[in-house]
Amino acid sequence: MTVLNLTEKTEKQIRRAGAEAYPDECCGILLGTEDGDGHVVRSLRPVVNARESGEQYHRFLITAEEMMQAELEARRLGLDIIGFYHSHPDHPAAPSAYDRDHALPFYHYVILRVANGRPEDMTDWRLRLSREAFDAENLKIEP
Amino acid sequence: MSVSILIPSALRAFTDRKSEVEAEGATVGEALAALAETYPDLKHQIYEDDTKLRGFVNVFVDGNNIKKLNGLDTPVKPDAVVTIVPAIAGGF
Repeated sequence: MTVLNLTEKTEKQIRRAGAEAYPDECCGILLGTEDGDGHVVRSLRPVVNARESGEQYHRFLITAEEMMQAELEARRLGLDIIGFYHSHPDHPAAPSAYDRDHALPFYHYVILRVANGRPEDMTDWRLRLSREAFDAENLKIEP
Repeated sequence: MSVSILIPSALRAFTDRKSEVEAEGATVGEALAALAETYPDLKHQIYEDDTKLRGFVNVFVDGNNIKKLNGLDTPVKPDAVVTIVPAIAGGF
């Protein structure tokens, strides 16, 4: 298990994004750095969910063009893309089979459960190299 | 001719942790093939077979998606910057 460090401010940003997008999914990109056996989120890049509107209640998509811009922004800031966040409206904060099919090892996947419009538990996951399963990571919120 | 290839963080485990790699090639396909030859473990990650990139792999040349150009046959100028980015999706 590795650690993903978030500041309270960043955590609140994700929670707000999840509440504002409800009943649809929010999504965004985590920019950060390596830190010992884990990563630190230094900046968030909120992204407009590119899935068609009728599917956004349970799906998110970040376009290739958005990813390219985020990659260039990360390099300008001396950071890396270290993962992504998205919400699960009225659904547990755990990766689904669909998440697994579309995830990549290395990246952190932060998932926020939003229940009836209210942000609830937030978790972090990383996909095993074998792609067989996600492992829960240690999400640390610091002032 | 030599081009720069920007490696996304998720693939740097296969490029000796390098975030940018120089490769020779007159087209995107040639440059990526040269990259894959230098880093054989990367080849399996980005190629579905010997010629086709995996579905999640997107490639840009100087900011332009090669899917809107000539795909792997897109020519690259000297000092072009080739960026590999993964497609990202999820939900439940």
